[in-house]
Amino acid sequence: MVRRWLPLAVVLLVGVVVGLGAFTFVYAKGYSYLSNDPSVCANCHIMDEHYAAWMKSSHKTVATCNDCHTPHTALGKYYVKARNGFWHSFYFTTGTFPYPLRITPPNHDVVEDACRYCHEPIVESIDHDVTDAITCTRCHRYVGHWVR
Amino acid sequence: MREGSMRRGGWLVVAAVAAAVVTLGLAALLTNIFERRQEARNPFYRVVELNDTITDPAVWGRNFPLQYDAYLRTVDMTRTRYGGSEALPRQPTETDPREEVSFSRLEHDPRLREFWAGYAFAEDFREERGHAYMLSDQIFTERQQVAQQPGTCLHCHASVYVPYKKLGEGDLMAGWEAANQMPYFEAAALAEHPVACIDCHDPETMQLRVTRPGFINGIQALRAFEGVDDYDVNQDATRQEMRTFVCGQCHVEYYFQGPEKRLVYPWAKGLSADSILAYYQENGHTDWTHAISGASALKAQHPEFELYNQGIHARSGVACADCHMPFKREGAMKISDHWVRSPVLNISNACQTCHTQDGEELRARVNQIQDRTYEMRNVAIDATLQLTRAIGEAAAADSANPNLAAARDYQRRAQFLTDFIEAENSMGFHAPQEAMRILGNAVNLARIGHGALRGERLAETAAQVAPEQTVSPGREPGGD
Repeated sequence: MVRRWLPLAVVLLVGVVVGLGAFTFVYAKGYSYLSNDPSVCANCHIMDEHYAAWMKSSHKTVATCNDCHTPHTALGKYYVKARNGFWHSFYFTTGTFPYPLRITPPNHDVVEDACRYCHEPIVESIDHDVTDAITCTRCHRYVGHWVR
Repeated sequence: MREGSMRRGGWLVVAAVAAAVVTLGLAALLTNIFERRQEARNPFYRVVELNDTITDPAVWGRNFPLQYDAYLRTVDMTRTRYGGSEALPRQPTETDPREEVSFSRLEHDPRLREFWAGYAFAEDFREERGHAYMLSDQIFTERQQVAQQPGTCLHCHASVYVPYKKLGEGDLMAGWEAANQMPYFEAAALAEHPVACIDCHDPETMQLRVTRPGFINGIQALRAFEGVDDYDVNQDATRQEMRTFVCGQCHVEYYFQGPEKRLVYPWAKGLSADSILAYYQENGHTDWTHAISGASALKAQHPEFELYNQGIHARSGVACADCHMPFKREGAMKISDHWVRSPVLNISNACQTCHTQDGEELRARVNQIQDRTYEMRNVAIDATLQLTRAIGEAAAADSANPNLAAARDYQRRAQFLTDFIEAENSMGFHAPQEAMRILGNAVNLARIGHGALRGERLAETAAQVAPEQTVSPGREPGGD
């Protein structure tokens, strides 16, 4: 008896998960996060102020959100997007996140690498193996999207 | 065979549980996104029509429930290192039914009884509590028992905008003048609420506005001194200035002028402690005669607005509300936190919007500033008290001593400057160097006062070298 309905129930459950997931993904415009358009990063209201600040920043003409916040490798880019997508969903749903928002260490490493990706010629001449001690954003924290 | 099917059944159960957990998470995410979208669609629902006669904050709260919820939290009692208040149990008496009070500053530092000897503050002086208590704490303080207080006090201890307008038959200023001259309890009977929405907000537009006659007149006198005629704060101030001025309606130094007990903010010569003292020296105002020395003494009140204006935050264009009512998130909404409180209790929102250091480091910086100020405050109180006692002894030995008058004047000045920092509610944080400068000058005046008592004329160092900062020097916040 059990053998007959248990697989059916599990298949049904999995179907519900997939269906609900697909609906949420479309409803929340999750697919838009796969693009490079900065406006879709402000899909969540909490990013409004950062998006507005970026519009006024010095980097607006040369760098989008993805240029600084995702790695410059195909695999790395989508891995970081997936990781942040999951944790953003988790923390915004549970409400357990600090405000004002601050960047996590792994994401800060991504940003640091992105700075160096473009500014390598300059950094090379001033970087004396003290990369752990000092980061670009310690001084240049206004260049991206300084809120207030 | 049987064992294999059990194992398969076990896996199926695990898969089912996992699927359920994921479904639960997805459903939570979906409803969360849905809620945020609804919130963003219409951030404000007009449930009641507000007008200029509604004082009750609960009515305003129906249109602005998030702000109202936070406003109600000013009942919370939390101690900070040098301020705040923890709830102390108290046996209610006939004249004072309060079951909880904050700690007595007089018990905490018994020197203050001598410091204010002969004045009502030497009888009862407690740490201030949140806005919610402003009316009841004033009604029930023992100072009401030992002295007859005027209706003027209500100006800053209740929501008086509507009562003033009623009393003045539509004229705010006339109602204020009338209330000043009533005995305290007669005026208190006109008021129902502690500070309410209507005191800072226009009911039609919710724009900030100043409703307190004391500030309207005071800032006008200050601007006139700075060369601006006919300054009308409600027309001429910027939005960012208003985010400080609404607080400056009450968190200021003041005195009661003449027999009509007119409330005056003493800013006609400038806003620094020295300028205010110069104003009092010129008009000869005296709050009380000191019981130990016989000096014509001055009581500084709570000059937060004045001290802040001499500090680096004011210079950088940061308003009171930026730190004491910082922006916070409520779902999709970003609102200013109407739970007005010490920024030290809310470092994340209050400080870290601008300062990227971690919270503990920021707290340590605040503590360092306050500890240093507290040490110097103690020195200044001792210096002033030693002069006070010396004058008292000299007067007891010979009441015709010709040096008494000069020494008493030095005590008056030293006492005012010391009290300016003692009474100010940031323990120096609002303008650290300025606080130390004022306390240093107080100690110096006490030193010269001892000389005067001996008949020596010690040279007074020429006072203020650096010019004081004007209100809102005008730099935009966020610049580097």
